[in-house]
Formats: sequence, C-alpha cells, structure tokens
Amino acid sequence: MSKEIIIEHAVKRYDNVTIIKDLSLRIGNSELFTLLGPSGCGKTTLLRMIAGFNTIEGGTIRFGDTVINNIPAHKRNIGMVFQDYAIFPHLTVAQNIMYGLKEHKVPREEAKQRLEKMLRLTKIEEYRDRLPERLSGGQQQRVALARAIAIHPDVLLMDEPLSNLDAKLRVEMREIIRDIQKQIGITTVYVTHDQEEALAISDRIAVMNFGDIQQVGTPHEIYTRPFNVFVADFIGRSGFFCGEMEGEGSRRRIKLSKDYTLEMDNILPSASNGRVIVGIRPEEFCIAEKGMTAKVRKATYLGKYITYVLDFEDCSMMEDQESIEFSQHLGNAASLHRVGDTIKLAAYAQRINVFSPETKESIIRGVARYGQETVSL
Amino acid sequence: MGRKRFRFDFWVLITIIVFTLFALFMVWPLAKLLISGFIDPSTGEWSLKNFQTFFGRKYYTNAIFHSLYISCTVTILTVILGTLMAYLTSTFDIKGRGFIQILVIFSMMSPSFIGAYSWVILLGRNGLVTNFFANLGISLPTIYGFHGIVLVLTLKLYSFIYFYVSGAIKKVDPSMLEASQSLGCSPARNVVKMLIPLVLPSLLAAALMVFMTSIADFGTAMLIGEGYRVLPVLVYRAFMGENGSNANFAAAIAFVMVALTACLYFLQKYIINKKSFKMRSVKTIQKRPIKGFKAVLAHIYVYGLALLSVLPQMTVIVTAFLKTKGSRFVRGFSLDSFRSAWKTILSTTRNTYLYGATAIVLIVLIAVFVAYLSVRKRNALTSLLDVVTVFPYIISGSILGIMLLLCFNTKPLILSGSAAIIIVAFIIRRLPHTLRSSVGVLYQISPSTEEAAISLGSSPQKAFFKVTFMLMVPGIATGAIMSWVTVINELSASLILYTGGTKTLSVAVYEQVSRGNYGAAAAIASILMLTTIISLAVFMKATGSKEYTM
Repeated sequence: MSKEIIIEHAVKRYDNVTIIKDLSLRIGNSELFTLLGPSGCGKTTLLRMIAGFNTIEGGTIRFGDTVINNIPAHKRNIGMVFQDYAIFPHLTVAQNIMYGLKEHKVPREEAKQRLEKMLRLTKIEEYRDRLPERLSGGQQQRVALARAIAIHPDVLLMDEPLSNLDAKLRVEMREIIRDIQKQIGITTVYVTHDQEEALAISDRIAVMNFGDIQQVGTPHEIYTRPFNVFVADFIGRSGFFCGEMEGEGSRRRIKLSKDYTLEMDNILPSASNGRVIVGIRPEEFCIAEKGMTAKVRKATYLGKYITYVLDFEDCSMMEDQESIEFSQHLGNAASLHRVGDTIKLAAYAQRINVFSPETKESIIRGVARYGQETVSL
Repeated sequence: MGRKRFRFDFWVLITIIVFTLFALFMVWPLAKLLISGFIDPSTGEWSLKNFQTFFGRKYYTNAIFHSLYISCTVTILTVILGTLMAYLTSTFDIKGRGFIQILVIFSMMSPSFIGAYSWVILLGRNGLVTNFFANLGISLPTIYGFHGIVLVLTLKLYSFIYFYVSGAIKKVDPSMLEASQSLGCSPARNVVKMLIPLVLPSLLAAALMVFMTSIADFGTAMLIGEGYRVLPVLVYRAFMGENGSNANFAAAIAFVMVALTACLYFLQKYIINKKSFKMRSVKTIQKRPIKGFKAVLAHIYVYGLALLSVLPQMTVIVTAFLKTKGSRFVRGFSLDSFRSAWKTILSTTRNTYLYGATAIVLIVLIAVFVAYLSVRKRNALTSLLDVVTVFPYIISGSILGIMLLLCFNTKPLILSGSAAIIIVAFIIRRLPHTLRSSVGVLYQISPSTEEAAISLGSSPQKAFFKVTFMLMVPGIATGAIMSWVTVINELSASLILYTGGTKTLSVAVYEQVSRGNYGAAAAIASILMLTTIISLAVFMKATGSKEYTM
C-alpha cells in the first residue's frame, strides 16, 4: 500500500561533517515528489536515508504511522530505481522482476500475474528472456522500474533515473515514469538535478541546497514565485537588478533606473523600503517606449524565440552575473534586433519577483518557503 | 536517537575471522622468524652471533650479490625478450598466434626447477646434447652456475612480461596512435613515443614480478646453481643442513633476505606507482600484415622463443618414456619409469589434488571476503589487503616454510607434518592472484546492484551471495586459475613442510631428481603436467563459459 512519508527534523552526519542539519518534509500519499538541487546539496543523501542505505543521526522518518529509522533497508518495503539501473546482469529480464517477488514470498501464481502485468505496463514483454546486457539504456531503465514496482512497495524512490540516457530518451522516459506513477498511484520520491525534468514530472518539488530545503511547492509556484534568490536563479533563468523601493503597504514603487520606475501592488506590507533585489526572467521583459536602456551584445535564434544577451547602461545589476537575457517570442514580435542595437525594455510588474537584500528571501505577498498546498508541520 | 549502535552482523564476524587467520598464520610466524635470528642456538640467549657469522664470511655475503645479479640479469633479459614478442604478436599478423599462445601458457605451467633439471638432462655433464656433441669432439660450455640459472629463469619468466604487455597493448586505444601520427609522428617513432610509454605501467608491474620471483627462486638454483650460491639456497641448507639443522642461523639469513626483498619491493613499487595510469579502450590495434625478410625474422623469433621455452616440458615427456640404466638414459622406449614410480605417483597425485582443491576453495572464499571488506566497507582491512598481497612477494616459499615450522611444531598448535600446514602455505603463497582479480572485478560492480537487491527485500548477506558474489565469480576465475596452477606446482614451501605422508607431486619430482633417478622424475613430472593441463581445461570449461559485461 502506498503511504505518505513524514520527515521530522532529520539529521545526517558523517563523523564531524553535518550534511543535513534539520530537515522536515511531508510527502503526500500517491504524490510524485521531487528533490531538486545542485550536486552535493544533500538530495541523494536524503533519498538514501529514506531508503535505509544511509543511517539517520537525528529526527524521525515515518512511512504512514511507522517510524522507519531502525528498520533495515530490506524490511522497509521500498522500491528503488538507481541512476545506473543496477539491473542484475546475470539474470534475465523476467528473473530480474521475479527477484523481489521471490524475496517477498509472493505466491507463485500471483507472482506470475504481477510479472506479466509489469512487463506489459513497462512495454518490455518481448525482452523477457534476454540478459540485460543486450538491452539499451532506456530498456534497462524500464526493467529497473518494473522490478521496483512489482513488489508493491510502500514508496518508490528514484535516484536520478534518467541522467544516463540521451536527451530524447530522457523526455520519453519521464513521460512513461509519470504515466505509470499516476496509473498505480504510488508515493514517489524522485531525485534530480535537472530542473526542466523536475518541472515536467513533479506534483511538487523541494528545491534543496546545502542540505536544507530552499522551497517546497508545485512546479508553477516554484517557477513563478521563487521563495529566495537561490531558487529564482536555480530554476529557469533570472536577471537580478538592484532597485530602490519606496511607498507603503502593498503598493510600492521600485526605481530601476533614473527614468524607469515599476509600480508594484503585491509587496509584503511589512517589507522595509530602500535597496531591494529584483529578479526578472527573460520572458518577463517586453520592448516598450519607456524602460531600461539596453544594448544587444549577442542574439541567439532558437526558432520559437530569439534570446538576446544584453548590456544595461543606466541601471545597476547584482554582481557575478554572466549575462542578462531577454527572450522575444517570435509569434508576436514586431521587429527583430541586431547585435549593437539599443532597445528599451519594460518588465511585467505582476510577474517579476522582489527579494530582500539581507535575507535574500522574497518580499512578494503570499510567497512562503513551504508552499500553500503543503501541509504545515 | 543519533547514537551509533554496534551491530554484530555477518561482516563483523568475517572481519574477525580474517584478522585472526592473518595474525595466526602471517604475523606471528613472521615475528617468530625475525626474533629467532637474534637468538644464539647454543645458549638460547639474545645475541647477534648469527648475523656476525653471516656478514663475517664472504661465503655468505657473496650470496647477496649473486642473488641480486641473477635477478637483475633475468629481469632485463625477460623484459627485452617478452616485450619484443608481445609487440610482434599483437601488432603484426603472425601466423598461428593461437598456437604460440598455447606454447607459452604450457611453458608457464610447470615449476621452474623442472626447467632446470631438463636443461641438466640436455646440457648437463652427462646430458643428451652434451654427449652428442662430445661424440663429435666438441665440448659445450657448462650449464651449471650463473648461466644455467639465468637461462632457466629467463625462459620461464619472459612469459609474464609477454602476457602483461600483450594485455596492455590490447587496451591501447588505436586513436591515440592515430592522434600522435596526425601530429606528425612517424610510425616507427610512434612505437617509442606512444606505445612503449602507454604500456610502461604494465611492463614495470610485470618486471617487478619477474624480479621478485627470480630473487626468491629456490628450486632452479638448487639444481643447476652448484657452486653459485644464492640466498634462498643458503636458507634452505642452513635449515635442512647435512651437518645438523641450525634454525636460528637460517632465520638470520632469512631476516637478511626479507629485509633486502622488502626494501627492493617498496622501492620498485614506489617508482611504478609514480608512473601508473589506467587505460580502457573498446577498439584494439589492427594487426598489420608483414612481408618478406622482416616476416621471416619475426616468425623465427616468435616461434624460436616459444619452442625454446617449452623444450623442458618436451624433454620431460620424452625422457619419461626412455629406458634408463641408473641415472642414465639408454636407447629404446619403455614404461619402466612409470612402473617404478607408480606407487609414488598414486599417493602424491592424491595429495597434490586434495591439498590443492582445499586450498583453492579457501583461497577463493578468503579473497572474496577480503576484497569485499576492503573495497566496500573501507576499514582497517583496506590496508590489510595490501599486506596480504605483498607478503608472498617478500617472503619466499622456503622462508615461509621455515616460518610456519618454527611456529607450529610446538604446542599449543602442532601442525608440522600435517596436510593443514601445507594447505596454509599454499593459501598464503597463492592468494594474491585471486585477491587481485577479486578486487578488480569488485570495482567494476556498482554497489547499487547490491542495494537494489536489498531494496527488493534481500538481507545484506543474502544480497551479497545472490548478487555480488554471483557477479564476481566469472571475473575471479582468471585469478583463481593462476592460483590453482601455481598451487599444484608449488615446490619451495612444500619441500620444507612435507613428511613421508604429505608428499606432493612436485616434491616427489624434486626428490627423484636429487637422487639422480631422472627417469622416475620425468615420469612423475609428466603426470604433474598432464593433470595440470586436464584440470585447467576442466576449470576453464566450468568457469570461462559465462562472462557478463558490466
């Protein structure tokens, strides 16, 4: 039976190095939940703590009502899909799937039925008697998935399952994983460093960095309303500007350059005026009469879009940014620009994000680390 | 919460067992040997007398020089001969490469002292070839002493270089050579600038092996060395000496030898490690056709060397069927030699294979466990791995035999004269082959394979045996075969440890040779070779058919 996963104040330490200080999460039943973050952020560590391959130095992890901290991995009833598939090379496809069924002492007749069902579900029926070495990466990953879910685990854990596949197959496989996950409705924790993959596949995402949760929310929440500068930068692209904020309550004005000021109506009333960080995504700009002056440094034609790399002249930017980009949708573009052109850009005030320079956290009203659809702990 | 709990699980138990065995059969005997050297045999007190005797007499100190001289000469010769052979066979289209391979493997499969005694049969004072030329009035140079030892060891050991270097050339990515050519390097210069540097790590590793084997070799020097004394012979003579055994003096010489080999080993290892890197290639170098004069020369060289190296085996087989009169061979064929040695053959064959089989099973088990613990668990055993592998390199067979006798011929654990002590010696000496391939194979198996089994509900040790162990077996086979062949051909430790009832085939051959019963020796030696080949074929059939790619 699929179960929810509740992590409360989990701690992971190796000798004296603390990887995860204090982490709490609630992953709903039947949810496809993604742990997303750069390498070394602790996402795989957390997944392996849930799996039982890493010890838990503090806090608790529960599957439903059961605390699993001291249950050894092989008794946790988990299904796990590994980055390198971890197919048993000495067993045929069918034997690989049967392995867990035998370990779980599933009666022979039922085991056979489940095997058939899994082969059908993952569309690998014709390979059933082959040794895995003769299968492609995508096929091997299907076997791994079939093997993991055949045992009807409480939770399904996937550790970067697509990172060894080529780009096209990755897109195809993530659809398959999502379809199957929805079909059988099993609580799934999915680890990836690929933000596009995470956005495409997840019900909810936890963005992690330095062993800590940066933000939890639906893909839409996380993309449109990042909780902090890290999330805004890590998910998609954002250009960061320095602005001067003034006004009161929700309605404030943010001055971005000497003759361009944005009118905002969604600022947290408690936010203090003065310097703020403004994050603007490439598609949140538009060409306008009045705006920030920018010079086109580079133009990249991408079919649907043109992406311009810009140099801004009259407004101050956050340091350490390689480039600030503007994507022009070609469907409704009035004119194209060349390298060297000077253009005026306005930003959509409703869509941009504003962050406090001290905490680096969002000061847009209603944005929280744990998104609205999260059960609070 | 958060408290680390010590679980007494399967692997803890294995760790304890491995450490106990290691301490009991390696650390303690070595300590005892080193201590014994410092004890005066007549008074039983601490003294440096043994060392004073050793270093005080040229008779003994010369042996150090002799040992080094032989090892260096043999290493240089084998490197030249073996590398050239490997280069020719793996980059040119040499006819009958498979046959060459079989000849070379065949030459590796018998103990080196059989080479020595065959050369004595052929070129010795009363040798077949010597007599033939003597009848023509030509006297050949002597085979005894330095030249003989070098000849025998070189023909025996070049095969190591050949196999290592051939293997390395196979792993060289041809696009590296192409890249070098595209950068302006001529094909001939390519060999010097690219190929040799690329195979150098393997070449050095093989050379180290040759060096250590030849410095420790005992049987050859004993049979053909005569007045040319080397260290292992001195140790053996002191321990088994005609004028009474002097274990303490033997231990002192052993101490000198162990110190010497240890220094040389670590020095060479240090140099090799600085130059080591890994290669992996899917493509292999295409063999080029070779024509005309060059082709003739290449074929003569390759076939000549291969045939020369199996000459001892051929001699043994042929002479086994010759009529004998005392220690002389006379005209005509017969089965007399087999008949006269039949009883010995039966009992020693039984012993050899019984002990060998027991040893190989234990070797595989220990190798798998030690490899697993040191690669996957990363604890104190990781360093133990190196020690276990290095041990037999530094401790030659006869010294190991003496060590074990010193420890286990008194209470509380009396093993001397038993089969167990011979099996222990086999295991210690031949474990590294299997251990090395276990470690290599384990690095290729992703830990997640085992975790997958655990996630599917197998307990950790069940996951190990059902998945990791099963995956390791085909990979271990190569090492295990090496261990097996060298186990059943082991001489130097068995020679010190055997008693009437625990004699093995190679000891029996040695015994007959030293008594001058060349016919009987040849008969027993042919049985040893024949059964080695049969067991090898069976072994390969059983294990070689399954190979997975990981």
